[in-house]
Amino acid sequence: MATTVQTRPAVHRVEHVGSSKLTEAIYRILLYGAVIVGGVIFAIPFYWMLRTSVMPTTQVYLFPPEWWPERFEWHHFKTPFAVFPFARFFLNSTFIAAGSAIGAALSSSVVGFSFARLRFPLRDIMFVVVLATMILPEHVRLVPTYLLFVQLDWIGTYRPLIIPNWFAPAFYVFLMRQFFMTIPRELDDSAMIDGCNPIGLYWRIHMPLSLPALGVVIIFMVTSQWNDFLYPLIYIQGVPNYTVALGLRLFEGHMTNNMQALMAASILGVMPTIILFFFAQRYFVQGIVVSGVKG
Amino acid sequence: MKPTTREAWFGYLLASPWIIGFIVFTVGPMLASLVIGMYRTDFLSETTFVGLKWYQNVLRDSLVRKALINTAIFSFTVVPINTTLALLIAVMLNQGIRLQSFWRTVYYLPSVVSGVAVSLLWKWLYQPDIGLLNSILGPILRPYGIDPPRWIFSQEWALPSLIIMAFWGAGGAMLIYLAGLRGIPTSLYEAAEIDGASSFRRFFAVTLPLLTPTIFFNVVLNIIISWQVFTQALVMTDGGPNNATLTMVLHIYNTGFQYFYFGYASAQAWFLFVIVLIFVILALRSASSWVHYERV
Repeated sequence: MATTVQTRPAVHRVEHVGSSKLTEAIYRILLYGAVIVGGVIFAIPFYWMLRTSVMPTTQVYLFPPEWWPERFEWHHFKTPFAVFPFARFFLNSTFIAAGSAIGAALSSSVVGFSFARLRFPLRDIMFVVVLATMILPEHVRLVPTYLLFVQLDWIGTYRPLIIPNWFAPAFYVFLMRQFFMTIPRELDDSAMIDGCNPIGLYWRIHMPLSLPALGVVIIFMVTSQWNDFLYPLIYIQGVPNYTVALGLRLFEGHMTNNMQALMAASILGVMPTIILFFFAQRYFVQGIVVSGVKG
Repeated sequence: MKPTTREAWFGYLLASPWIIGFIVFTVGPMLASLVIGMYRTDFLSETTFVGLKWYQNVLRDSLVRKALINTAIFSFTVVPINTTLALLIAVMLNQGIRLQSFWRTVYYLPSVVSGVAVSLLWKWLYQPDIGLLNSILGPILRPYGIDPPRWIFSQEWALPSLIIMAFWGAGGAMLIYLAGLRGIPTSLYEAAEIDGASSFRRFFAVTLPLLTPTIFFNVVLNIIISWQVFTQALVMTDGGPNNATLTMVLHIYNTGFQYFYFGYASAQAWFLFVIVLIFVILALRSASSWVHYERV
């Protein structure tokens, strides 16, 4: 009996008790109608971005606007690279995102492990502090950390954007700790009997088992760093060092009457996160489940 | 069982990245921020102690007040509407519809992309004459003699423009609700069905109460995020027209990194911090009266 309950899909399918087949059919039609209309509304901005990026100049500024390009012009995708070193911007953004993601994954996993598995005084208080910092508006730290990085002579380098993420950002510590809590303790005991110290226990057993959670941390970190605007704006100096986000803003100032090139650059700018999402959709969903439902 | 000293040492060792980071990048800066707020400084030429002047200024400054009101309006409209919208979409997608994962992607994708590219896109969508929005609204409204709004170029519509744009990102919360809905045991629905509860009643008696922890999580998260709105306000309108979209973080950024009044920027950041803290505490306090935690 228990198994039959479990194998049922865990969806709440509305079946109208005592209502006719007709009301059921009407209900389904309304439901699909709403899902489709909503989906179209959510997808249209993407369509408009694509449509603009391939339109001929004579058509893009027509009034009233037209929905379909009379012919496809792909050369607008070359313009950003011709005007600014956009390839360089992509490399810069990739470097910052990768550097931050590796650091965040390593540090938060080690810290999460210690919070989940090792017993030491003040541990539970520290974990409460981790939770509290998760809800901290980070801008209260903006000016003093800037001052700190001025003192360290880090302004104009990528260090202010990368290094803080090597010190276990609270949200990822929480995520990793929640994941380690689900690993059965019997595994620890057998490893301890084999003479592992806690570092060996982490490295040989917990780290390999936590690869999915590490994937979540990496993906979240890459996405947030890729989309970040404020910190690069403050810390990065000199156009060749710009990230994609800064490059887009710069490009906009120079392309006031070339909307196709601007939209083409924007498409290129969001492409990496979209590709990442499609390849790692499972991790996105999983990360949300761990953080949202158990939180 | 008492922890061994050896285990405790390993514990501190492995937790040290967080401990160091917490001191260097969180607590230290927060306290430093309080002190910097008592100085007039641009970190280069001059540093003068001004006491509580900046903190008193925060309460009197009409621009800060404008930024506060704008951000409050943004937060108080985006949080409830986004929460409801996301819940509605999640419940619709959870009715066993076909191609569920396709629709989930369609609704979620906008919240994966954010930042400057999205701000540029929406700036274009809001273009009053040939933008997407008015090319749809224009033909509907003009026959009645109404001109469609000029969106980010109009003082009345600029802030609502940023608010409407925020609904496009409802997918993030939707995904959290979908996960929450999955966690509701089907046996509860079966029991409700046997008792003859209508689908309407099942939603309000089973789904909604069991989802309250997820709703609560989303509301708190959304409060924090919405008070920090920045990128759209800078890229799309630069706070304008006539400060209609000046937000708290944008004003802090301008004060500190455009006009180099770092002390005043610090004082404003603390002001924002206290406000967000108050709303988060209010939300936490209210939790006991409406959030349903299942005792297992």
